[in-house]
Amino acid sequence: MDILVCLKRVPLAGGTLILTPDSRDIETKHLGFGISPHEENAVEAGVQLVEQMGETLTLLTLGPSDAEEQLRSQLAIGATRAVLIETDGQEWDPQGTAAALVDAINAEETKFDLIIFGAESADSAGYQIHIRVAHALNRPIITNVKSMKIENGVAVCDRVVAAGREHYEVALPAIVTVRDGLNIPRYPSVPGRMQARKKPVDMKKAEPRVPKLEKVNLALAPSKAKGAEVLGNGPEAVPALVEVLKKIGAF
Amino acid sequence: MSKLPAKAKCVVIGAGIVGNGMVYHLAKLGWKDIVQIDKGPLPNPGGSTGHASNFIFPVDHSKEMTAITAESMRQYKEFGTFTETGGIEVARTEERMQELARRITSAKSWGIDGGRILTPAEVKQLVPYIDESIILGGYYQPTVGVVDSLRTGTIMREKAQEMGAAQSFANVEVQDIKVENGVVKAVVTDQGTIEAEYVVIATGCWSPKLAAMAGAHIPLTPAVHQMKDIGPVPFFKDTKGDIEWPIIRDMDVFMYERQHGTGLEIGSYAHRPILYTPDDIPSNATAALSPTEFAFTQADFDIQDEHAYELMPSIVGDESVREKYACNGILSYTPDGMPILGETPEVKNLWSVAAVWIKEGPGTAKSVAEWMVLGDSHIDLHASNIARFHEHHKEEKHIKSRVTESFNKTYGIVHPLEQYESNRKVRLSPYYEREAALGAVFYETAGWERPFWYESNKDLVAKFGDKVMPRAAEWESRWWSPIINAEHLQMRETAGIVDLTAFAYFDITGPSALAVVQKAALRQMDVAIGRVVYTPVLGPNGGFKSDLTIMRLDTDHFRVVTGGAHGMADKKWFADLLPADGSAKIKDITSDYTTLGLWGPNARKIVQEVTSEDMSHESFKFSTCREIDIKGVKVLASRISYVGDLGWEFYVPMADGPALWDALWEAGKNHGLIPVGIGVYGTTGRLEKCYRAYGPELETEYTVVEAGMQTPKLKEQDFIGKEAHLKHRAEKPVAMLCTLFVDDHTSSTGVKRYMMGNEPILTLDKKPITDAHGRRSYVTSAGSAPSLGKHILMSYLPTELAVAGNKFLVEYLGEHYPCSIAEVGATSVFDPSNERILA
Amino acid sequence: MILVLIDHDRGELDQLSLRALTAARKLGQDIEAVVIGKEGAALAGIVGEYGAKVLHVANHANLTDYTPMASGRALKDLVEKLKPAAVLAAGSPRGNEQLAHLAAFLDLPMAAECSEITLGSPHHVLRARWAGNLIESANVHSDLLIASVLAFSTEPESVNGGAATVAEFEPALEPQDYAVKVLSRDAGESKGGVTLVDAKVIVSGGRGVGGPDGFGQIEELANLLGGTVGCSRVVTSSGWRPHAEQVGQTGTKVAPDLYIAAGISGAMQHIAGMKNSKTIVVINTDPEAPILSYADYAIIGDLHQVIPALTSAIREAKG
Repeated sequence: MDILVCLKRVPLAGGTLILTPDSRDIETKHLGFGISPHEENAVEAGVQLVEQMGETLTLLTLGPSDAEEQLRSQLAIGATRAVLIETDGQEWDPQGTAAALVDAINAEETKFDLIIFGAESADSAGYQIHIRVAHALNRPIITNVKSMKIENGVAVCDRVVAAGREHYEVALPAIVTVRDGLNIPRYPSVPGRMQARKKPVDMKKAEPRVPKLEKVNLALAPSKAKGAEVLGNGPEAVPALVEVLKKIGAF
Repeated sequence: MSKLPAKAKCVVIGAGIVGNGMVYHLAKLGWKDIVQIDKGPLPNPGGSTGHASNFIFPVDHSKEMTAITAESMRQYKEFGTFTETGGIEVARTEERMQELARRITSAKSWGIDGGRILTPAEVKQLVPYIDESIILGGYYQPTVGVVDSLRTGTIMREKAQEMGAAQSFANVEVQDIKVENGVVKAVVTDQGTIEAEYVVIATGCWSPKLAAMAGAHIPLTPAVHQMKDIGPVPFFKDTKGDIEWPIIRDMDVFMYERQHGTGLEIGSYAHRPILYTPDDIPSNATAALSPTEFAFTQADFDIQDEHAYELMPSIVGDESVREKYACNGILSYTPDGMPILGETPEVKNLWSVAAVWIKEGPGTAKSVAEWMVLGDSHIDLHASNIARFHEHHKEEKHIKSRVTESFNKTYGIVHPLEQYESNRKVRLSPYYEREAALGAVFYETAGWERPFWYESNKDLVAKFGDKVMPRAAEWESRWWSPIINAEHLQMRETAGIVDLTAFAYFDITGPSALAVVQKAALRQMDVAIGRVVYTPVLGPNGGFKSDLTIMRLDTDHFRVVTGGAHGMADKKWFADLLPADGSAKIKDITSDYTTLGLWGPNARKIVQEVTSEDMSHESFKFSTCREIDIKGVKVLASRISYVGDLGWEFYVPMADGPALWDALWEAGKNHGLIPVGIGVYGTTGRLEKCYRAYGPELETEYTVVEAGMQTPKLKEQDFIGKEAHLKHRAEKPVAMLCTLFVDDHTSSTGVKRYMMGNEPILTLDKKPITDAHGRRSYVTSAGSAPSLGKHILMSYLPTELAVAGNKFLVEYLGEHYPCSIAEVGATSVFDPSNERILA
Repeated sequence: MILVLIDHDRGELDQLSLRALTAARKLGQDIEAVVIGKEGAALAGIVGEYGAKVLHVANHANLTDYTPMASGRALKDLVEKLKPAAVLAAGSPRGNEQLAHLAAFLDLPMAAECSEITLGSPHHVLRARWAGNLIESANVHSDLLIASVLAFSTEPESVNGGAATVAEFEPALEPQDYAVKVLSRDAGESKGGVTLVDAKVIVSGGRGVGGPDGFGQIEELANLLGGTVGCSRVVTSSGWRPHAEQVGQTGTKVAPDLYIAAGISGAMQHIAGMKNSKTIVVINTDPEAPILSYADYAIIGDLHQVIPALTSAIREAKG
C-alpha cells in the first residue's frame, strides 16, 4: 500500500506566546519546531501500515525550506521519502495550501491508496484543508478518526463523539484525518536518524496565490488567568470550599 | 508566599547550584540576613543546573580547576548526593593516548590518584557495550561520579534556612540593581526593592544582563551543549539505581556517553559553536521546555549520532532504542575558559559567581564565600578572578570570537602554550611593524602582540649548535623554537632588546600614596625618590596575590609596573586600598606607556652612545630609576633585570616608542644587539636566575618563606598579610621552592624529552610526594637554561627532602626521568653572585 | 439574511448551535436556520425561540445520520437558492466539518472559530488560533461569508420568538456524498448520561490521581454534584480513562458552570480546553502549578485527602 501523510511545521511554544514586532506571526527565535500533535499520530499510523503491508510512506508538506528538519525527523521514524513544497516563509491561506498540496499529489507517480492528515494544525486551526483536498481529488474522507484498520482495501475507522463511538468503513483510495489517541507515536532511533539523512526529500516550488482568507495581524488573546484565591491547605480548607460551592449554586 | 524583606545584608540572585551554595556557605561563615531570589520556581528555576549532565571527572590540567572540583566533590559526598561510577576517557588516536598520559600526570600533580591507562580489552571489560576495535585505550579514573545537583542545591538552601540565616523567594524577577557612589545599594524586583549591603550575581548565563544593570561586566556568553537521551536500552534493563556503569568520554570526537537508568545519555561538544546573548534566553513562561533548554537541532548532531554509533553499536544501533529527550542545553562560556569570580571592579560589594559548572559549584561557592567574609579564599582563584579582564576582553566581539574558537576545545588537546587565532592584533606596540619585519613570531598577552622569538635570529641556531638544546619530540617542539635558546645565548654574549609593552602601569599619587603602597607591599616602600622596589604583594593569609615593581618617582608619586596578564587584578587590589577621603588616587597609564628592555654585557655601551647621562655602575645604581634623554626623547630608565644581565627598562609615552627603538637599534649595530623575544624574558632568562613568577610559583597556597623570598629584616609598617607572614617566619617551612636539573632526558624510545611544567615530582620508587600540609610536589615552571646546558624544573619539595643533590623522578607523558636538586631557595643557578647584573 | 446551520445528533440539538444563532443575530439581518435530516424539523420551536424565522430542513432518503459531505452538498443547494450574506455554524468539530464541505463545494474561503464577525466587503473576522491563545484579525474576500462561531464566545440568548416556519427541501445528493456514513454506533467509551460538552459540572483528574483506581472518588464527587468526569491528556495516554473524557485542545473543549481540576498541573493544551468554565476550583499539592493562575479557588493539598473530605461535607450539607 502506498500512503501519503501531510504535515505542517509548527513552532513548539511554551506557556506564553510572543508576537513578532509586526504582529503578523509568533516570535519563534526562542522556539523549536515540530509538527502538529495529531500529525504525529498520522505518521505513526502510516509507519505501522507500511510495516504490516509493505510499500511506501511518503510525507508531504508545504512550508519554508527549514521544514526539511521536520521531514527528516519523520523520515527517521520510518517514512520512505518526502516532498517539500517550498514557500517564501509566509503563511498561505487554506485554499492556496490545499491547491498546492493537490497539485503536488497529482504530480506524483504514485497513486496513493491512503492519504492521512492530522485533525488540525496546532497554529492556524482552519479545519478545512483535508476536506478541500478530498474534494479536489474526488475521494471520500473520514475525519477525527481514533482507530483505524485496513482490511481488504477498506479503511475501517472509529471516531469518538459525545454520544459514543461511531463506526465507519470506506473503500480505498480514501482520505482519513486522525486524532491524538489513535496510537502512541514513536520517537526516532539513532539508526533511524542515520537512515533519514540519506532518504530523498524532493524540493518543489509553488506560486503563492492571493489569499482569500487574508490574515491582517495577530493579537494575544486576553489572558484568562485570574489567580486563584487559595482557600487553605488540605482537608481543613474543605468547609470554605463547600461555602463557595453553595454560593455559586453547585448544589 | 511571604513578602520580600525591604532590607538584607546580602541578596543572592539565583537559585541554581551556585546561588544555593553561596547562601549556604555565607551562612556557614556566620552571615545572617541573607535573601535569595530567583525569577524561576524552586527547586528548578530553569537555569543550566536543571539540565546539567551532572557527572564529574575530577581531573583538569588547571590546578585551580582541579582543586575547586575536588572541594565540590567533597561537599557532594557530604550531602549524600554523589554516586561514584568511575569513568573512562577513551582514545581513538595516538595523539590522544599521549594526552591521556598527560592527564594522569596532571592528576598526580594535583593529588588525584587512582587513574590508570587501560588497554582496549580492559575498557571492554568495564564497559561491555563498546566496540573496543575502534579505540587504542583509555584512561580509567575510578573516582569519577555523578551528582544530584538540584537536590544538593535544595539541601544547601534548606540548611541555610535552618541556621536562621537566609530566606529564599522564588518567582521574583530582578529589574534593576541600584548603585550609589560606586557601591551597590539595592536590588529592585517586580515584587519590591531590597536594600542590601552586598549583592551576589549567581545567575549563570543571565549574569551579563544583571551585571549590566549595575554598570558592571561579566563577560560570558550562553552557548549550546547538545545532548540526547535514548532508551530504554535492553542491556540496562536490570540496572539497579540511577547509575551503575562507568561514564565514557569519547575524547577524540568530543562526546560523552553515560548510562542513566535504562537510558543512555549522549552529549557533545563537537557541534558547531552555537552562541546566544542573554537576551535570547526566553522567560520561564515563554519557554517551551525550561528557559535554558533550547530546541534540539538534529542537523548539528548528525555526525555525533554516527560517532556514538561507532563506539556503542549494540546500543546506539538498536532500532528499538528510541530518542527519549534531546535538547540544546545552554551553558556559560567565557573567553578564556575560566569562571568569573569575585567582586566586580566597577561596583563595590557587587560579586560575580558566574560561568561555574556543576563539577565546580559547591567548591566555588565555598571559596567565594571565604573571599567575601574572610577577605581571601583557601584555594587560589587568581585565574578566575573577575578583575583579570582588560577592557577589550569585555567586548562582545572578543567574547564571541574566543568562545567560537575554543568551544570545540572543551575536550580538545590543548597545548600549554597554544595561542588563540581569533580577535588578534587588538593592541599593537609601537614597534610592531619593526618586529614584524624582523620575522617576529607573535604570542598574545592581554591583547598585546608580543614577539616570542624572531626568525631573523635563526642563523644563531647554527652558531650555537647543540647548545640550543634542540628538541626532537613534536609535543614540546610545538609553540617553541630553538631560536629562543639561541637568542638567550647571544644576549649573554652581546645584548638583546626586548619589547615589554604588555606591562600594565598605574600611578598612585597624593598625600596618602605612600600609605597605600606600603599597605600593599611586603617590602619597605618609604625609600628614596628614584628607588625601584621589587616586592611581593600578599593576601590576608600571607599567600601571594602578586609580585611587581614599584618606582618611587616623587614623595607622593609611585608607579606600579606589573605583568599584563595580571595587571587589571593588581589595579583593583591597589584601588581597593585607596582611602575614602580621596587623599590618594590611582591612574591607569597602561595604554599610554611602552617599555623596552635592553640587557646584556654590551647594554651600557649601547645606551651610553645615545645619551649624555652617565650610565656607569657607580652613577646609575642597580634598583634605581631616573629620567634620561635618549636622542631627544625623555625616557624613564630603570636599572633592573629579569633576565640576569646588566641593563635597563626604558619607559616612554607610546608616541616616543619608535624613536627610542630606532636610537637603541642604531647604536646597537656596533655592539651585536639582537632582538630578543619573550621566550627568553619569560622563561630561559628567568629560570637560570631562579626568578619566581606570579601564578606558577607565587600563589595563595605558598608563603614567602617557602618561596625563599623573605627579607632578613621585616619592615615595621603594617601591610596586608603581615600577621600571617610573621607567623610563617616564626615557624619552620614545611616545603621549600627548589631548582632541579633533569639528569637524563632519554625516553624509552631514545628520544630526548623536555618537561613543560605541571609534571609531578616523584620519589625514586615513583611515589608522589606530599608535604605536611597535604600539598603535592610538582613542577611549577620548566624550561631551558641554555647557558648551563640544563633543563630546569622548579618545584616546592618537603623541607626534609629539600637538600641539594637529592635525587627524584619527574613523570612526563607516562615516563619517568631522573632529576636532582641543584639549588634550594632563591639563589640563582646561573651567576649566583649577580656579577653580570651588577657589572 | 444569515443562514445558521443547526447541528443535531439524531434529532438531539447541539447546544453550541444556539450560541451560533445568538451570534448570528448580532449581525443585524434576518436569521434563517437549516438542519440536515428530517429529524431536525422537531427543532423548529427552539430555533424560533432563538430568533430564526425559518427552519430549512434538508430531507433526502440518504440523509439518515451524520454525513458531512452530504451536509455540504445540501448547504450548497440551499445557499444557491437563498443567496444568504453568510452561512454560520457552531465552531464544533461537526460544525467546522460541514462548513468546510460547503466551502470546498463552492471553492470559497471559510473562517473557522470566529469570535467576532463584521459583514462588509471584504468581511472581517476575529478568529481563534493556537488553542485560543491568539486572535487573528482576517479579511474574507468573498461575497458569501462562511464562518463558524467560536465555542463559548457568545452566551446563548433567547428572544422568546415563536416557532420557526419549517421549509423542507431535497438536496441533489450524489452517491459519493453519503459514501462515508456511520455504520453503527455504540456507547463504547462513553458512559452515556451527561456528555462533557453539555455538563454543568465537570470534575477532572490528572496525573495526581495516581492511577485508574483513584478515579472512583472523582466519579463519586461528580455524581454527587450532578456532573461528569473529565481528565487530562496524560490520564488518557496512560490508559487510565477513555479518550472521550479528555478535556483540552486535543480532547474536548468545555465551559461548564463549575470545573474542578484535581491533580492537574495545567499544561497549555489542557487550559485551552477548560479556561472558559464559569467557576474553576483547583485541588493540587503544588501551589506553583500553572493551573492555579486560571482558577477562581484553590485548595493546596493532596486530592486523596481533600476529595473524600469534600464529598462527605457536601453530603452532610445536602442533608
